[in-house]
Amino acid sequence: MKKTFKMRDLECAHCAQKMEDAIRKIEGVEEVAVSFMAQKLTLSAEESLFDEIMKKVEKACRKIEPDCTIVM
Amino acid sequence: MTKKQKKILLRIIVAAILFVAALFVPSEYTAVRLAAFLVPYFVIGWDILWKAIRNIFHGQIFDENFLMAIATVGAFFLGEYPEGVAVMLFYQTGELFQSCAVGKSRESISALMEIRPDYANVERDGKIETVDPDEVEIGEIIVVKPGERISLDGVIAEGTSMLDTSALTGESMPRDVADGDEVISGSVNISGVLRVRTTKTFGESTVSKILDLVENTSGKKAKAENFITRFARYYTPCVVIGAVLLAVVPSLIFGNPSEWIGRALTFLVISCPCALVISVPLSFFGGIGGAARCGILVKGGNYLEALSKTGTVVFDKTGTLTKGVFRVTSICPEGMTENELIEIAALAESYSNHPISKSLREAYGKEIDNSRISSTEEITGKGVSAVVDGKTVLAGNGKLMDSAGVEWNTPDATGTVVYVAVDGKYAGCIVISDEVKENSAKAISALKALGVRKTVMLTGDSKEIGESVAKTLGLDEAYTQLLPADKVERVEQLLSDNGKESRLVFVGDGINDAPVLSRADIGIAMGGIGSDAAIEASDIVLMDDNPAKIAKAIEISRRTVSIVNQNIIFALSVKGIVLVLGALGFANMWLAVFADVGVSVIAILNAMRALKVKE
Repeated sequence: MKKTFKMRDLECAHCAQKMEDAIRKIEGVEEVAVSFMAQKLTLSAEESLFDEIMKKVEKACRKIEPDCTIVM
Repeated sequence: MTKKQKKILLRIIVAAILFVAALFVPSEYTAVRLAAFLVPYFVIGWDILWKAIRNIFHGQIFDENFLMAIATVGAFFLGEYPEGVAVMLFYQTGELFQSCAVGKSRESISALMEIRPDYANVERDGKIETVDPDEVEIGEIIVVKPGERISLDGVIAEGTSMLDTSALTGESMPRDVADGDEVISGSVNISGVLRVRTTKTFGESTVSKILDLVENTSGKKAKAENFITRFARYYTPCVVIGAVLLAVVPSLIFGNPSEWIGRALTFLVISCPCALVISVPLSFFGGIGGAARCGILVKGGNYLEALSKTGTVVFDKTGTLTKGVFRVTSICPEGMTENELIEIAALAESYSNHPISKSLREAYGKEIDNSRISSTEEITGKGVSAVVDGKTVLAGNGKLMDSAGVEWNTPDATGTVVYVAVDGKYAGCIVISDEVKENSAKAISALKALGVRKTVMLTGDSKEIGESVAKTLGLDEAYTQLLPADKVERVEQLLSDNGKESRLVFVGDGINDAPVLSRADIGIAMGGIGSDAAIEASDIVLMDDNPAKIAKAIEISRRTVSIVNQNIIFALSVKGIVLVLGALGFANMWLAVFADVGVSVIAILNAMRALKVKE
């Protein structure tokens, strides 16, 4: 399943890259792109695990840029 | 400016005033002076310090906040209070400017994409309701008033108007439409009221597809982008280690540690890779946005980058270089007038649904009077035999004439030829061919002018037709009578001839081309607006099917790539020079701040140029 989320207050391009790297390491993530320009997160992951993965994704992002939130 | 940006601006102003005031405190009051500088320092830098500490606990060392915090706190310890405050002030100003510039470019790119209709006026039970386009079902009637955007793909049920499709195709000429014409979502109705019967849901409509495509381009990163992110990963730790070495080693050898620590702090200020990390994707984003404005949809930065190295362009013929519509192009009657010949042929072929028969009827232009035709018989692989006005008419290929024992002449023109015989006597022939698009020749010459080495045409069509089209258009090579599988083989051959550094582009109309489109380095599809197969299989979609746009796309890609290179070289060299000067003691922190945020801002402004595309 592929879903796109809007990201709020994603302020540095470098952080977007770090987030992408961190999310890619989460188990069950097939494909991920964090676009600083579009302020968007595109995630493909196993459908049955999607919600669980999203929680991990949020946690990973918060660790890198605590002010940034993923709009669900 | 956003609320957040305004808040920062206020802090900058307050801190700047306090900073200037602090400069007037006489240096003999040491404690007062320190306090006077600490106030503006905390006003401007508290969030940076806070984030630095917080991020360390999150395991994020070496981030920009941490580096700035160390550099400025270090300056305070060395007694250089004004530097400590000024660097923070500069840094925040630069960051603010940077966030404004990025926001601005983001806005201008999304403005290009403002084709998303917000509502649809749907006719239900005789009343017009305004609903979300998502709620409109296939087959419903939507009403589009002048000035409104068509929200779903459909067919005009009633009304005539002109449509502005420029946001979709880049074509500025309005299109005339009337009853029965297909219209696509995203185009703007200019003059009359239209009632449109929807043929697709909103999600399947052209406008949704385009937006989806453009918004998801960021998934495919260009090589330059990947290079920069990899570079950034090593750059910061290296510079930080360099700073530590610079602070420790020379101090042990030459003494005077505060001087060396001061130099090391300038290193830290320069170590943030943000200028590069922002400006490279921003340039590609801009290039893709600029291309979209011309009706060229590029599915990712990597394709835009690859396109700049195009060495070979391979074209499919039908629908790409030619219109894909068959038309009578030459009539050579014998013993009768042109009109008579067309009339007889059209009548004889009137029962056939073959494209050839259709084009004959179109050329005839009048209603077919069925009472004049008493019998028709289709002769497979040869043509038809019919009785028209009591005369036996044969219309078909040379084989048909041979089997009837009629002598015939080959015409000069190339194309599909229909020979006609009346009562066993040769009456002439009609040549039907696919017309070459007006801008095809221009497209080829523009590619040559851009330095594309080889232009090739592949077609399933006959040798004569294919070669004659290739010759008129000035293509270098033409391969004819190819089956879809042969096309793939041909492209593989051309790929291996093309050389490592240059790229092969295949341009097709997306029908039967999917394997070739994906095999080529870059597949360009004539979008034919709404053709799903084309949009899916290709890397770049030309919205208005104009082959001249290929050269335009290459121009945009080269411009974007050169902007990217300028930014990489500029940022790296400024940082490199300042690092060297800093190590040697010639660069102070002010210069270091310029090398960090100043360079970012300049690089961003440069990247914005990618968005501007000359018409």
